Amino acid sequence: MSWRRALYLLPLVLFAALAVYLFQGVAPGRDPQLLPSAMIDKPAPDFALPELLGGGQLTLADMKGQVVLVNFFASWCVPCRAEHPVLMTLSHDLAVPLYGIAYKDKPEDSAKFLAELGNPFRRTGLDQNGRTGIDFGVYGVPETYAIDRDGRIRWRHVGPLDQAAIDHELMPLLHRLGVP
Amino acid sequence: MIIELGHFALILALLVAILQSVLPLYGAQRNLAGPMAAGRMAAIAQFVLIALAFATLVHAYVTSDFSVANVAENSHSDKPMLYKVTGVWGNHEGSMVLWVLILSLYGAALAWFADAMPPRLAARVLAVQGMIGVGFLLFILFTSNPFLRLDPAPADGNGLNPVLQDPGLAFHPPFLYLGYVGFSVAFAFAIAALIEGRLDAAWARWVRPWTLASWCTLTVGIAMGSWWAYYTLGWGGWWFWDPVENASLMPWLSGTALIHSAIVVERRGALKSWTVLLAILTFSLSLVGTFLVRSGVLTSVHAFALDPARGVFILLLLVIAIGGSLSLYAWRAPRLEAGGLFAPVSREGALLLNNLILASCAATVFIGTLYPLFLDAVGGPKLSVGFPFFDRTFAPLMVPLLIAVAIGPLLAWKRGDLLGALQRLWAGFAVAIAVALIGLYVTGGGPVLAVLGLALAAWVGMGAIIEWSERVALFRAPWQESWRRARTLPRAAYGMSLAHFGLAVTVAGISASAFAVERIELMHIGQSIPLAGYTLRFDSIGKHDGENYSADSAGFTLLRGDHVVATMAPERRFFPLQQQTISKTAIRTDILADVYLALGDPDGKGGWAVRAYWKPLTPFIWLGAIIMALGGAVSLSDRRWRVGVAVRRAPKAALPAGD
Repeated sequence: MSWRRALYLLPLVLFAALAVYLFQGVAPGRDPQLLPSAMIDKPAPDFALPELLGGGQLTLADMKGQVVLVNFFASWCVPCRAEHPVLMTLSHDLAVPLYGIAYKDKPEDSAKFLAELGNPFRRTGLDQNGRTGIDFGVYGVPETYAIDRDGRIRWRHVGPLDQAAIDHELMPLLHRLGVP
Repeated sequence: MIIELGHFALILALLVAILQSVLPLYGAQRNLAGPMAAGRMAAIAQFVLIALAFATLVHAYVTSDFSVANVAENSHSDKPMLYKVTGVWGNHEGSMVLWVLILSLYGAALAWFADAMPPRLAARVLAVQGMIGVGFLLFILFTSNPFLRLDPAPADGNGLNPVLQDPGLAFHPPFLYLGYVGFSVAFAFAIAALIEGRLDAAWARWVRPWTLASWCTLTVGIAMGSWWAYYTLGWGGWWFWDPVENASLMPWLSGTALIHSAIVVERRGALKSWTVLLAILTFSLSLVGTFLVRSGVLTSVHAFALDPARGVFILLLLVIAIGGSLSLYAWRAPRLEAGGLFAPVSREGALLLNNLILASCAATVFIGTLYPLFLDAVGGPKLSVGFPFFDRTFAPLMVPLLIAVAIGPLLAWKRGDLLGALQRLWAGFAVAIAVALIGLYVTGGGPVLAVLGLALAAWVGMGAIIEWSERVALFRAPWQESWRRARTLPRAAYGMSLAHFGLAVTVAGISASAFAVERIELMHIGQSIPLAGYTLRFDSIGKHDGENYSADSAGFTLLRGDHVVATMAPERRFFPLQQQTISKTAIRTDILADVYLALGDPDGKGGWAVRAYWKPLTPFIWLGAIIMALGGAVSLSDRRWRVGVAVRRAPKAALPAGD
C-alpha cells in the first residue's frame, strides 16, 4: 500500500480510536454522574487551603464531626452559574453546611462571582493549582461531594446539581446519615 | 387515539425509509428507471408520514393530553400556548421527531428537484438519505418513543423548564436542526459520488446550494442561541464554550470550510477528495453534536435525561454512519483525484488555507469538548478546559484566518499576485492601523488583544468593500460603467462580499466586549449610579403575576445628564411549579452599545442587588451573523443555482467550468 493510499485511511483510523473512547464512555457500570467506586466511602483527602474571604485556612479537620457538602466551582465555569441558584436555595433550606472550593480560579474572580450571584457557602477555600481537586478526583466543575461525620466521602455529583439529584439522591442520603 | 395514529405513522415511515434506502440504490446500479422513481415517491411519502406523526404530537401538547407520557413530563396546562407548541421539541423525544421531520423535509425537497439532476446521482443521494432516516427512526421507536401512554393519566403535567420558556429559544432548535440536518444532503452527495467513483463540477454545483442553505440556517440558529443566552442568563455573557454550544459550532466551522472548498471543485476541479471528506466530516460533526450530549458520554447544562441503552444505540449509529462512510472514503476516494494544479499563492491556495485553519478550529473545539473523555483515558487532569483553554487556542487560529479573508478574494485563480493584492488593500491596512491606534489611545493601551481584534475587523470589512469596488471599477471607470457592473455582478459575488462583511461586524462585536463596563451594586429605591456616561436611577419595585409565574418588577430610569434616555424594567420571575427563579433582563440598545440590566436578590432590608452593564458594539455580534446568513441567502439566489438554468447547463457542466 502506498503512503498516499494510507493517507485516505487516516480519517477512518482516527475515528476508530475515537470510537473506542466513546464506547468506554457508555460502558456498563460507568455513569458519568458517579464517582469511581474507589473513592466512595473512603476518607476524604486531606487538604488545607487559603480561605477566599477572611484570610484564614480551610481544612478538612474544620469539617469533621458533621455532615457537610463540598462544592467545587469556578467563575469561568458556565454550569456553575447555572447551578448557583440551586446552591443558594440549598444553603437556606438545609441544615447541612455548604463549603465551597474555588477550583483553578483567580481569587478576585471567585470573589466577584460570589458577590454577584450571592454566597451560599459557609466558607470558601482557594484551590488555585487544582491540587485538592486532583486528590478528590474532580473531573470537571461543578462537582459536589457529601462528606459524613467521620470525614468519609459518601456521595458525589458531577455537573450542576439539579432538583432530581437533590430529591432522589441527596435527601435520602442525608436522611440515612441522620440529618434532620 | 390520535397519538396512536402518530405512532403508527412513524412506524410506516420507517418501512418507507427502508424502501427508500434499498430501491433507488438497486435501480441506480442496474440503471432501472422504476426503482429509481420509487425512491423519489418514498422520500415524499416519508415526509408526509413523519409530518403526520409530528402533527399528532403537537395536537397532544396543544390539548394538554396528559395521558401521553411525554406531554405529562414536559408540559403543563397553565403554560402559554406558544410554549405548549414549542415544548414539543423542548425535550429529547420530541426533538428527535423534529430532527427526522426535517431530515424527511430535505429528502422530499431533493426528490422534488431530482428531475434536474442526473437520475442515478439523484437515486443514490435519496438512498443515502433513506438510510439515515432508517437509523434515526429506529432510534426513536426503540429508545425514545414520544407516543407512549401513561395509565392512569396525571391530573397535570410537570411543566417545561422556565429557562426554556422564551421566544428566542423556542425557535432556536428548528433553525439549528435545519442546519445540522441539512448537512446530511452534502453527506449523501458525497457518499453517492464515492459509490459512483466520479465527481465533477456539476456535482459541486448540486451540493453547494444545499450546503449553503444549511449553513445559513445554522448561522441563524447559533446566533439565536447565543442571543438567548445573552438576554436570559442575566450576566451579560453570550458564549460559554459549553458542550452543546460547541456541538453547533463544530459543524458550522467545517460547513464553512465546505462551502469554500466546493467552490474550488466547481471552478477548478481540484480538492475533490478533500471536499468529499469535509462533507462527511461536517455531517458527522452534526451527528456527534446532536447526539453525544444525549448519549451520556458528556454532561452539559443543556443535557436531556440520560438512559444507558440510548447511549449505546447512539454510539452504534454514529459508528455505522461515520465509520461506514469513512471506510467507503478510504476505499473509493483515491480514484477521485486528478484535479487542476495551482500555485500556493492563488485563489485556490487561499481557499485551501481557509480550509486548513477552519478545520484546525473545528479540531480544537472538538478536543476541548471531548477532553473529559480523553482525560479519563490518560488518567488524570492535564488540561483545564473552558474559557482558559479556548481563549488560548482559538484566538491564535482566528488571526491568520482573518488576515487571509481580505486577501484571498483578490487573488487570481491558478496563480495569484500577492504583492498586487496587498497593494490594492492599502486602504484597508491604513484603516486597520488607524483603528488600532485610536483603540489604544482611547483605552490608554488597554486590552491589546481586543484592540487587535477591532483592527482585524476593520481589515476584513475594508477588504470586502475594496474587493467589491475593484469588481465594479469604482472611481476607476465612469460611474455609469460602475453602475452597470454593479447591476450585472453575479449575486454570488454580492453574497460573498456580504458574508465577509458580516464576519467583520461579528469580529468587531466580539472584540469590543472586552471594553464593557460592569457595575454590581446593592441599590435602594431613589438611588442613582453612574454607568459609562449615563446615570442609572432606581425608581420603583413592584410585583405582578404572569400566566405561570410571579415576578418582582423593577423600574429604572436611564439618564444622560438631565435628559431621560429610557426607562427600563428588569424582572425576577419565580416559577412556583419548578421552584425556580429566572432573571428577565432589560436591555436598551442603540445598535452601537447595549445598556444591560439584571435584577438580583433583595437583601431583605429594602436593597436589591443590581447588575448593570454598558456593552459597546455587542449587538454587532448578532448583526454580523445576520449579515453573514443574508450573504448566504443572496448567494443562494444566484441564477446559476436556479433549477431551470441548471437543467440546461447540466450536460455541459462536466467541462472545466470557467464562468
